[in-house]
Parts: sequence; structure tokens; C-alpha cells
Amino acid sequence: MTSLQTLRRLGGRSGKQLLRVATLLLATTVVAFALVSLSPVDPVQQYVLGVGNVSMEQRAAIADYWGLNDPPVQRYFLWLSALLRGDMGTSLLYRQPVAVIIRERFLNTLALMMTSWLLSGLIGFTLGCVMGLRRGRWLDRVLRALCLMLSSVPTFWLGLVFLLIFSVALGWFPIGLSRPIGVANADVTFGQRLHHLALPALTLSFISFASVALHTRQKLIDVLESDYVLFARARGENTWTIMKRHGFRNVILPALTLQFASFSELFGGSVLAENVFSYPGLGAAVSAAGLNSDVPLLLGVTIFSTLFVFSGNLIADILYGVIDPRIREERPHGQSNRD
Amino acid sequence: MDSPIVIDRPRRGVNRRLQTMITCIVLLMVAAGILLSGEWIPSDAVTPDFSRKGLSPSLEYPFGTDWLGRDMLLRTLKGLALSLKVGTIASMVSAVLATLIGAAAATGSKWLDAAINWLIDLVMGIPHLVLLILISFACGRGLTGLVIGIAVTHWTSLARLVRAEVLQIRSQPYIMVSRRLGHSTGWILLRHILPHILPQFVVGLVLMFPHAILHEASLSFLGYGLPPDEPAIGIILSESMRYLTGGMWWLAFFPGLALVLLVLLFDRLGENLRMLLDPASAHE
Repeated sequence: MTSLQTLRRLGGRSGKQLLRVATLLLATTVVAFALVSLSPVDPVQQYVLGVGNVSMEQRAAIADYWGLNDPPVQRYFLWLSALLRGDMGTSLLYRQPVAVIIRERFLNTLALMMTSWLLSGLIGFTLGCVMGLRRGRWLDRVLRALCLMLSSVPTFWLGLVFLLIFSVALGWFPIGLSRPIGVANADVTFGQRLHHLALPALTLSFISFASVALHTRQKLIDVLESDYVLFARARGENTWTIMKRHGFRNVILPALTLQFASFSELFGGSVLAENVFSYPGLGAAVSAAGLNSDVPLLLGVTIFSTLFVFSGNLIADILYGVIDPRIREERPHGQSNRD
Repeated sequence: MDSPIVIDRPRRGVNRRLQTMITCIVLLMVAAGILLSGEWIPSDAVTPDFSRKGLSPSLEYPFGTDWLGRDMLLRTLKGLALSLKVGTIASMVSAVLATLIGAAAATGSKWLDAAINWLIDLVMGIPHLVLLILISFACGRGLTGLVIGIAVTHWTSLARLVRAEVLQIRSQPYIMVSRRLGHSTGWILLRHILPHILPQFVVGLVLMFPHAILHEASLSFLGYGLPPDEPAIGIILSESMRYLTGGMWWLAFFPGLALVLLVLLFDRLGENLRMLLDPASAHE
């Protein structure tokens, strides 16, 4: 097959994929809007709470101004057209445009998620390789038991335990927030930010490295039991050479794909970790929005985080398609984690 | 084939079957104990008693007492009982949903299959916790919303498994024979295919349990679900956050550990069952 044909098919596949993502995103907006509309919470009441003394006439006027008396379908299309123009409305909780809040907080969350994503990928991959090489020995048993246990630990509890050990008992890390209190935004040094980021990022990476490690271990064991590794051994290659020539190449792609496909759990984990460490990110914002009935913010973050997850899945798909020639033809759809 | 790598050996005569049985019995006893104690403990046992507030763990109060003098062991037991109930209802509903949807995707028209796959992608695309928050918000933040949310979001991966399994069974010769003998699709589904996916269903159900419990705890930790005076593990942990800097470490440590152990038991049972039912690893 010529490379042109491959390119064309990849292009067609990506086109189909994009169409699929577009319909899914549209459906996400419908689902999110429908769920929010179903809520028994009265948005006017929520709005009025922060304002003070408001008469019934004024309430009716607000409801009318917001279009609450219009049918839901009409409201949906109004909201969607505003969304497409980039206008996500104003947050009731923070009294700021939702787009501004998302932009500011996403940077914080991104720093947190990317640090822990890299950490968990590196730790998971290394541990997986070690376990695979030492299969059945005590090191493998201990590490495997640790990984299995960690996958049953809730993020927020691990965060609390880390807080207790490293912040309260040892005093190595601050209790929370993304920077020291009482320091102007411009004066915060990179080191201070890192210091505040360390514990939440560590918590988040501890939750997710177990699945990568166990997956890598299994894949590596499959590779090491293959005939070509047996042949390589017969040729006299030592373990390191075998790992370099056969091990890493076969194992790194599934690990990478798994990491990209885990954006959904990563975001969910960051919601919990940010709440434990009072870290001002998107996750803390979304749970606050739900608790305080801040509908525009809730909708905005939902759409944004879904976009984030889809881009992760898309990257995972493309990685598989581009790098592995066997999968180029046909591939199981989406990710296959246990969640 | 001779492999240069050491193969996992079962430890000292305890094979997987026995291990699974033991896990199962321990789990049943623990679950029954938690549920019964959750029912039996009168609610005045966890009312504030300022004469014993803030006690660190001792023989009398193994989990210590909190800043209102409530016995943390009893609160934890009540919380775990609630987790078990929510987990049972939610994972049962989810597993049944998954089986129905997976079977429908595999036996229905091509269009239906595509639609269901698309739906699975949709549910998996929204971050799980965000979707749970949305559903809980839609139901007005209560226990009902929590249970509904957990029940309708956990079916996706099991539905995929069931779909693949049914597709594979459907292509077997005996299904063709049965069809030629004039049996209807419904009859074949009920008599031939359902019995085959029953094991998948059971394993899926048990493996869904830990996820359901963890999500219940996560949501109540964030403040969705129960009112703050009800003892749920998530609420206990979220309350404890205010007292950590004061050195009351036992408020967060023991309830969380109890939850982890419960989840771990279910996870092990599910994994062992899966290994037993999988012919490739059944006789390890």
C-alpha cells in the first residue's frame, strides 16, 4: 500500500471521528441542559439570595428577563447560540463571566493534572516494567499488592492522609491553596507555586499509576513469554538488551494510550483533590457551582471538561492509528478501562 | 513451553477456588455485620456527649470520638451500612441495565447497535464525577439523586462486555441450528444466550460494587447527597477536614481505612470470580 493511500484513509477516518465527536458534543449540551432544567432549584431564588430584599414583582421581572417563562427548547437554542458565539453567561457565584473563570482556573487545574499525569505515567510505567521483569518474585508480589490496594483507595482519603502526614505532622508542605496567603499575584515565585502544587499532584498521581503499572506488567509478561524473546535469549542477549530491543517498544504504546484515555478519571480525581487541598481550580469550581446552584458555571465547566476528555480520547485513537500498523485497519472503539 | 520466567505458583495449597470461597464468606459476614449493626445501633448512640469529646483512640472507643463526643466507630459502622445499601441498589440496577442494553446492541439492527455505541461514548465522554454532580443537581441534591446518578452511569463498560459476548455466542453453530428449527429471536435470547452471559453478569455486578461505593463516598464528601448530620463516610471525612490541623487525625484515618478495606474485599472477590470463570486462568 502506498503512503498516499494510508494518508487518505487516515484522513477519512479522522473525518468520521470528528463528525462523531461533534455529534457527541452536541448531545452533551442537550443532556447537560436537560438535566439542569429538570432541577427543582429555583434560579431566581438563588440569585435573589445574594441581593437581599426583592419583591414578588421584581422576581417576576427577573424571571421574565431571563426568559424562564419561555419553553425549554427555545431556551436551549438561545443558550446554544450564545455558547457558539463564545458567550457562556455570567457565574452567579463569582459574579464574573464564565469564560473568564474557566480560563483562569483551567490553568491551575492544567498544571495540577499535567504534573500528576506525567508523574503517574512515569511511576506506573517504571513499576510495571520492574514487576514484569521480576514476575513471581517477592518484589513483584509486594508491588502488585500495593497497586491493587491503591486502586481501591478513594482520592480524597489519600489526600487527607497525605495532608496529615506531610503537612500537619511533618510540616513539609502547606495545607492548601495554590500560593501563599497575603502575597500579591505578581510576587508569587515559581518555587512557591510548585511547593503548593506538590501534594495535590502527588495525591492525584497515586490514584492513577496503579492501572498503568498493572497493564504494563501484563503486556511485558506477554512480550517476555513470546517466541522472539526466547530466540533473542538463545542468541545470547541479556535482559537489558532484550528490554531495549523488544520490551519497551511493545509496552510503551498501550501505556501511552491508556494514559491519554484516562482524562475522564483525571478530571474527576482533580475535582476531589482540589476540594481536599482547597486548590482554586476548575474541579473546585464545578462542585461549588453544583452546591450553590450556579447553573451557567455548571454548564460551562461540563461542556469544557467533556471537550477535554474527548480530545484525550481522540489523541489516544490517533496514536494507536498512526503508530501501530496492526490497529490501522480495525480498532476496538474508545477506551477500555474498568470504570 | 519452557519459559525462562518464573510462573506464578499458588501459595501453599490454597488455590484460587478456596481463596474465592474464603473471600466470599468473609465478605458476607462483614457485610451482614455492618448492615445489622447499622440497623441495631440506636440513633441516640451517636448523639453529642460533651463529657467525652475529642478522645483519641482507646480500648473503649477504638476509633476515638469527635469534637462533639460522638463515638466514631458507631458513626463509621452506620456510614458503611449506608454505603452498602446505596452500592447494592445502584450496582444491581446498573448491571441489569448493562445486560439489557448490551444484549439489545448485539441482537438488534445495525442501526440500534451504532446508536447504543454512540450512547456509551456519550456517557463515558462526560467526566464521570461531573455527570454525577449534574444528575444529583437535577434531582435536587438528595439521596435519591445520588442513587439514580450512580445507577445510570456505571453500566457502560459491562454493556460493552455483554455485547461482545452475545455477538460471539450468536455466531455459534447451535444458535443457527436453533434458528433453523424455528425458534424466535426472543426464545433463543432467553434460552441459549442469557444463561451464557449470567457469569459475566455476576462478575460485572461484583466488580461494579466497589466503584459504586467509592462514588457514593466521593459525592457525599463533596456535599451532595445526605444532609450533614447523617453519618455517611464521605460526610464524616469532609467534616474531619476542619479538625485535622488540631491533630485529631483519627477522625479521618479510621473511617477512610474501613471504607478502603470494604472496597478491597469486594474488588478481590470480583477479580477472583473473573479469574475462575475465565478458562484461560481457571486452573492456575
